[in-house]
Amino acid sequence: MTQTGPFRLSSGGRLIDRAYPLPFRFDGRQLRGLRGDTLASALLANGQMLMGRSFKYHRPRGPIASGAEEPNALLGLGHGGRFEPNQRATTTPLVGGMATTSQNCWPSLTADVGAVNSWLYRFFPAGFYYKTFMWPRGFWKHVFEPVIRRSAGLGKAPTEADPDTYEQAYAHVDLVVVGGGIAGLTAALDAAKSGKSVWVLEQTPHFGGRTPTDHADGQARVDALIAELRAMPNVNLRRNTMATGLYDHGYLLAREALADHDPNAGIPRQRLWRIRAGHVVVASGALERPLSFAGNDVPGVMLASAVRDFIGDYGVAPGRRIVVVTNNDDAYRTALAALDAGLEVPVILDARSSAGGALPEAARARGIRVLTDAAIAGIKGGQSVEAVKLCAHSGSGEVTETIEADCVAMSGGWSPVVHLWSHCGGKLNWSDTQSMFAPDPNRPPTGADGKAMASCVGAASGDLLVADATGAAAESAIMPVWVMPTHATRKMKFKMFLDFQNDVKVSDVELAAQEGYHSVEHTKRYTTLGMATDQGKVSNINGLAVLSGALNQPIPATGTTTFRPPYTPLTLGTIAAEARGELFQPLRKTPMHGWHQAKGAYWEPVGHWRRPYCYPQGAESHAEAVAREIRAVRASVGTLDASTLGKIVVKGPDAGKFLDMMYTGMMSTLPVGKCRYGLICNENGFLIDDGVAARLSEDTWLVHTTTGGADRMHGHFEDWLQCEWWDWQVYTANVTEQWAQIAVVGPKARVLLERLGGMDLSAEALPFMGWAEGEIAGIPARVYRISFSGELSFEVAVPANRGLELWEKLHEAGADLNITPYGTEAMHIMRAEKGFIMIGDETDGTVIPQDLGMSWAISKKKEDYIGKRAQQRSHMTDPDRWKLVGLESLDGRMLPDGVYAVAEGVNGNGQRNVQGRVTSTYISPTLDKPIAMGLVRHGPERMGEVLEFPVAGQESYKARICDPVFYDKEGSRANG
Amino acid sequence: MAEALARISQIDDLGMIQIRADLGRAGDAIAEAAGLALPGQGRVTTDGSRILGWMSPDELLLVLPRAEAAQALAALQDALSTEHALVLDVSDMRAAFRIQGDKALHVLMKLCPADLASMPQDGLRRTRAAQAACGIWREPGGYVLIGFRSVADYLRGLLQGAALPGSQLDPR
Repeated sequence: MTQTGPFRLSSGGRLIDRAYPLPFRFDGRQLRGLRGDTLASALLANGQMLMGRSFKYHRPRGPIASGAEEPNALLGLGHGGRFEPNQRATTTPLVGGMATTSQNCWPSLTADVGAVNSWLYRFFPAGFYYKTFMWPRGFWKHVFEPVIRRSAGLGKAPTEADPDTYEQAYAHVDLVVVGGGIAGLTAALDAAKSGKSVWVLEQTPHFGGRTPTDHADGQARVDALIAELRAMPNVNLRRNTMATGLYDHGYLLAREALADHDPNAGIPRQRLWRIRAGHVVVASGALERPLSFAGNDVPGVMLASAVRDFIGDYGVAPGRRIVVVTNNDDAYRTALAALDAGLEVPVILDARSSAGGALPEAARARGIRVLTDAAIAGIKGGQSVEAVKLCAHSGSGEVTETIEADCVAMSGGWSPVVHLWSHCGGKLNWSDTQSMFAPDPNRPPTGADGKAMASCVGAASGDLLVADATGAAAESAIMPVWVMPTHATRKMKFKMFLDFQNDVKVSDVELAAQEGYHSVEHTKRYTTLGMATDQGKVSNINGLAVLSGALNQPIPATGTTTFRPPYTPLTLGTIAAEARGELFQPLRKTPMHGWHQAKGAYWEPVGHWRRPYCYPQGAESHAEAVAREIRAVRASVGTLDASTLGKIVVKGPDAGKFLDMMYTGMMSTLPVGKCRYGLICNENGFLIDDGVAARLSEDTWLVHTTTGGADRMHGHFEDWLQCEWWDWQVYTANVTEQWAQIAVVGPKARVLLERLGGMDLSAEALPFMGWAEGEIAGIPARVYRISFSGELSFEVAVPANRGLELWEKLHEAGADLNITPYGTEAMHIMRAEKGFIMIGDETDGTVIPQDLGMSWAISKKKEDYIGKRAQQRSHMTDPDRWKLVGLESLDGRMLPDGVYAVAEGVNGNGQRNVQGRVTSTYISPTLDKPIAMGLVRHGPERMGEVLEFPVAGQESYKARICDPVFYDKEGSRANG
Repeated sequence: MAEALARISQIDDLGMIQIRADLGRAGDAIAEAAGLALPGQGRVTTDGSRILGWMSPDELLLVLPRAEAAQALAALQDALSTEHALVLDVSDMRAAFRIQGDKALHVLMKLCPADLASMPQDGLRRTRAAQAACGIWREPGGYVLIGFRSVADYLRGLLQGAALPGSQLDPR
């Protein structure tokens, strides 16, 4: 017959508005749809049935469905940062000016050179990839994988950042109804009348589900329910909101589309609802199944429900002559709808041996030819349906008649949408009479109370007619049809598609069964059945029924694959929501952050903090800036923003006892007014943090932690206090951010602070490792005389709100002293020059204090501390453990960080044995030579020995073992 | 341009005092020194100027005009001098925001997983705003949100983003 393609009917279409035409583009062609169209209906109205290509064979594909289950009509949407691949044309509302492109075809949709001719199918059977790419081995890496990678995936990923915004929102609701069809609305009304807070989530822009399309007075029934629900203040009706997953504790995720239709609306494009539901009512309806007959994938072969949706909802005729093929009564509705729209229905092919229900009778009364025990033997046509070949369903496919047609409406029955029910453990029963898996109300997903947290109503529960609410008359029984005709030949099965996107056919599933695949999960992965973007919504039940047939076992013995969220894909944007750009992470800023920024600080991330790494001036490199900062500090005075250091107050009658357990050293004997350096280990003896503790009063200590360790150490303290020593009288508080802390460091540090005035900071009044309280420059301050650089050093803590004030006053008063702000790298180098360890450099979770020569920081008098027992185990006391030493490069090159020193011989893997590694390495501006620290076997006993550090592609580094203290060994500089 | 869902403003003059003690034993002494009745679990008491909030079974937070903080700190330390207790001025380590307007709740619902809609009138809820810890209580016309000072910019960005005009949570 002449090809006319689908077209817009002259009347009808309950969802479209003919007064508002919308222009859009498809593969560069300018087309026109109507307000209310989906992309699929708009394309059909323009005669465009061919909308894509299948994944494996690049077969021509038209829409098979009209909703979320659509596997074929997937388009690329938009361009630039707003490009989105794999958008379902059947659920994407048409927007004026939309630009759409077809996928997986080259050079064009109609002439795709990738298309595999049908005679080639047999060379691409189930498991083709597994069978083919095993040999020869080298081919995988160099030939197969690059080719497969290039052809993998249907759509293309966008290459630009998404300009849209997204958000999330939390809700706590007594009862959430998923699905705004008539069953869901009825359930919502019942629940709302009892006073519960009720939300109804409808995935489409319209309430009512199938009822307005399928039942004469359906719209009126839906409208009445909506009117009643809208009047109730405890009811919240949300359209365009897709429930994607149900998780433990009634946690329900749903995506609400806010501005998909208008990128210029200035509001978030989509919102992810994170709902705590007291109970979830699943009213998600049912999905129609295709029939497996030869040629069922030719564009123009569609689900019967989709055909009448396009006619009734959008006023679009998928064809002029529509053949209906079915195993149930429901599909007769499509024939009647087609007649009502003035289209031809040359024949209805009913696989059942008789068709006596009300709907078949109505069809006959309208003069439609109804054939029973009838089936399709094949479809004539490639890119569109030209004619249908008929045969007896109970036969093996001998063609009895050929009928011209341009569209086939097929129905293999309906499957309840049990996804949400199943996501969280709800079980299913197979119904032989209805040929479907339906939720078993006796095995629901359960909540914390052991009771059902979800229930199903309407078609989702297996009640396909929902007669109570729709008033539908009873229908006669379905007959299961998994292969059409019953005794189809092998050749026919090669053309019976189960998974239309992945090109999985009846022959593939039967082959898998023949090769020993009995588990439905294994068969799925072997054949890729149900692994397309629709995740088996169209193919799952048909596939497992075919598998059951091939294995000669009942369907429930095969079972279903696992239903996993999301029901339909979520955009990454909704998952990230506000967490992008400036708000990607909470960035922690000290009170002096702005000053550092203004001075051009180069930032180093430390946890969520940003700390100045250095302050480059002009064209200075970072290394040059660091060297300048160090020289200035050692020569005169510098300031370091130490506000990020953890500060934890520990107070109570048992605080001393507690700190003696937390630290390896003795804190209880520290006099008031003094500071002491301490180490914290975990139960396994490994060093996890260090810092200076100050005793503030008889029962109060303030302990400093590393910047990254503040929250962790506070948690560590509270863990022991709350879980082990709950009867000890100790309170802790993390006051890290209460204080701005400034290290004033260098030989001129005291001079500078004295200029600001307010406190006696002389060596007599404030000796090394002492602290004092007072005022500096009129600002209340606590001054700790501690040094991490080896220089005379005062750490001044002031209330955070006055930190910047003090910092600026210091820089004002120290201008003539060449006062220099210095960053973390200068701090690191200065501590390394002094041989001080750094948590995270010298420690890596496997290092104990004894390895670092820090036995002096471990109390011998104490009965116990956290880590003590572990440090007495044989491996920890092993004299062969690697110990801390200094390393002096022999040729003036800086040792690379982390390199290993080799020993004699090789290990079991043929690698060189090792005897040590570099933990810290720098060029010291003070000494003008490279310095390093490392852990070396028997290191402290091997002073002067030379170690070799091989590095790939370079001459080995050589370094002499030395004392780790490179600078001011006698420690006199700390006294100023 | 439509209006923002709520007006977001930072509060700079709040003083805050953290109190940890056995509330059963020391409750009366705290109430007297703070000038407010002891709040129940998850609640605050207030006289319109000061707020005493329940933070945990052994922790309270006194929120008051900053000018009164030093005196209140001394009074509380004095009142608890014979108890095992910890009283600290934590005014400087916090950032506080006012969220005012009809849709203030919508702004918070986008950021906080807690059920703030059903928080009692005198409730105090410790929760998180996106990735940062926070505490929330009501005030006439809206809410007060407190968090750590280091993430003040982050919190402000979150709140202003969530208050985007036209993004109310009502069904549409």
